[in-house]
Amino acid sequence: MACDAWRNKIAPYSDGELAADEMRSMGAHLLSCASCTEELLNCVQLKRAVQAAGKWYSPSANLRRRVQAGIPARNRAMWLRGWMPKLAAVAALVAIALLLFRGWPSDRQEQAFAELADIHVATLASATSVDVVSTDRHTVKPWFQGRLPFTFNLPEMTDTPFTLEGGRVSYLGQAPGAHLIFKIGNHRISVFIFQNQPEPRLAPSASRSKSVTFNVESWADEGLRYFVIGDADPNDIHKLSELLQAAARP
Amino acid sequence: MPLFDSLYNFARWLTHDREEAEDLVQETYSKALKGFPSYQQGTNFRAWMYRILRNTFLTSRTGLKNGTTISLDSEEGESALPVTVETPESLLLDRSNQQMVQEAIEELPLIFREVILLCDVEEMSYQEIAETVSIPIGTVMSRLARARNALRLGLTKKLQGV
Repeated sequence: MACDAWRNKIAPYSDGELAADEMRSMGAHLLSCASCTEELLNCVQLKRAVQAAGKWYSPSANLRRRVQAGIPARNRAMWLRGWMPKLAAVAALVAIALLLFRGWPSDRQEQAFAELADIHVATLASATSVDVVSTDRHTVKPWFQGRLPFTFNLPEMTDTPFTLEGGRVSYLGQAPGAHLIFKIGNHRISVFIFQNQPEPRLAPSASRSKSVTFNVESWADEGLRYFVIGDADPNDIHKLSELLQAAARP
Repeated sequence: MPLFDSLYNFARWLTHDREEAEDLVQETYSKALKGFPSYQQGTNFRAWMYRILRNTFLTSRTGLKNGTTISLDSEEGESALPVTVETPESLLLDRSNQQMVQEAIEELPLIFREVILLCDVEEMSYQEIAETVSIPIGTVMSRLARARNALRLGLTKKLQGV
């Protein structure tokens, strides 16, 4: 397919509106096309900027009271009935999210995911995606000495389907962290490690992220917060997460 | 109250005025209550509420002034257009520059402003936007592409001080 044909699909891709097989084809194309990846980055950045700028106005308590006063009790029950299936679905989603993310407040989690998805895309689009280029964990890990206020362990990747490509320093809400790039097949996965601060200083940006079409796993361990993000198969993301978890507790 | 905060936010972007937005939200809930028996269970409640708000706005004095200010030349049935305007570089570097983005959104014609807000802020699917604005999905896609191009152009001009 010519690049022009792919370009028409970049916006629907960033909006999460392509069919599953098209999403996969697009993901594969992006790996080999810097121009389309750059355009996707532009799209995602603009979308995030609109999200951040657009959620701006809050209703006054007075308006809330006025509108509530206009809803008779009988109608309130009727509205609630209309919303029961949706509320049940939302409750189920919240429960799943809590299980997955083990208690990190969802807004902050989603903000972090949105930020990190941006960094992941921007890094892949960059000509120099890593500052330390090495497949050897004994080269990559020491490179972070003096660059980060914490240390971490990396797993041995021999005998695994993953290859370490290197690392760089990334920032989440102005806090520095390790950003490692792993490769599996044609997919590249970003691993972010930050200090797990009680109140992470996240940039005020996007809130929810349906456009984040990546698979993400996140957990906290020994005072560090880990994020594994990429368009690889969820099982691969999970396998890499398990390797990192095992390495953190030798 | 379902959707109260987000409906108010959308109303403010449509009207550019606090009092008018408050009246619009109040009237929307009033109309929704009256029309609730006719609401078809199982259809999209959110799109239904936003459609009431939007239609109420379009028939208001401000809405009538705003709603007809752009030509829809050959828009119907048009496929999605490729985005051709570059995102301003500084936007990539400084996402905290919200005021400039807000001004650029405010300056968009109504038909662009509403689809971009419904998609990126309210995170509606193309199908939901189509239901809310009462246009085909193909038109949603082309209108979104044009809206984003216009927004990029507006931001570029602002950054260049034009």
